[in-house]
Amino acid sequence: MSQTIEAPVRVERPVGEEDDLHDRPWIVIVWNDPINLMTYVTYVFRKLFGYSQARAEQLMLQVHHEGKAVVSSGTREKAEYDVERLQAHGLWATLRQD
Amino acid sequence: MRLSREGDGWAVRLAAEERELLARLAGELRALVEAGVEAGGVERLFPPAHEDAREAEELDRLVRPSLVAAKTAALAELERTARAERLTARELEAWATALNDLRLVLGTRHGVEEDPPEERWAEPGIALYGWLSWVQGTVIEALANELPHRGD
Repeated sequence: MSQTIEAPVRVERPVGEEDDLHDRPWIVIVWNDPINLMTYVTYVFRKLFGYSQARAEQLMLQVHHEGKAVVSSGTREKAEYDVERLQAHGLWATLRQD
Repeated sequence: MRLSREGDGWAVRLAAEERELLARLAGELRALVEAGVEAGGVERLFPPAHEDAREAEELDRLVRPSLVAAKTAALAELERTARAERLTARELEAWATALNDLRLVLGTRHGVEEDPPEERWAEPGIALYGWLSWVQGTVIEALANELPHRGD
């Protein structure tokens, strides 16, 4: 790895679009499925994200009634990590850029 | 099944034949997952991680090895500890996810849609599914009580 310190190169960037694309967070969606127990889904939300019982239950009910809910968001790396943890627990989770 | 807090773990009350059944089911599913089987409901354990098929395929390539490792580890733990009189918190957590995977595969195989209607409970596959749901429910209740209580 180079330790040379160079003066930063100024690059003209179009205002808006590009920054927008990088700043838009990635979201993690959990989808309803007929098999996972409601108590299990609530437990997994509490365990993985540290949500309160009330918040976890609210998200679980949103999944149950509306078919899906956004359960976390952040960088692409964080979203991938969360999806993997949710799937390791048997929940049907997807990620996409908001 | 009954779980009662004992020291830093749980005492498990479950009939010997039920323990044998749990060990056998966990061992069978572990072998299927290890062999990379993608049919008979096992495919339900690896749902697409993206709504776009191509993105999903790419993500699958990325996470499949660790997902398989996590699932086989939990199933092996259930298989190993099914006959144990006492379980640690870690072991009980493995039971929760392994039981869930067993229910996902069995439920998918038997076309379960929400709670199966009463007339289906006589079917062997559905009866087994119902029993697994009961065992898993008991495990979740015990684990949920241990999570820190947080206000909103």
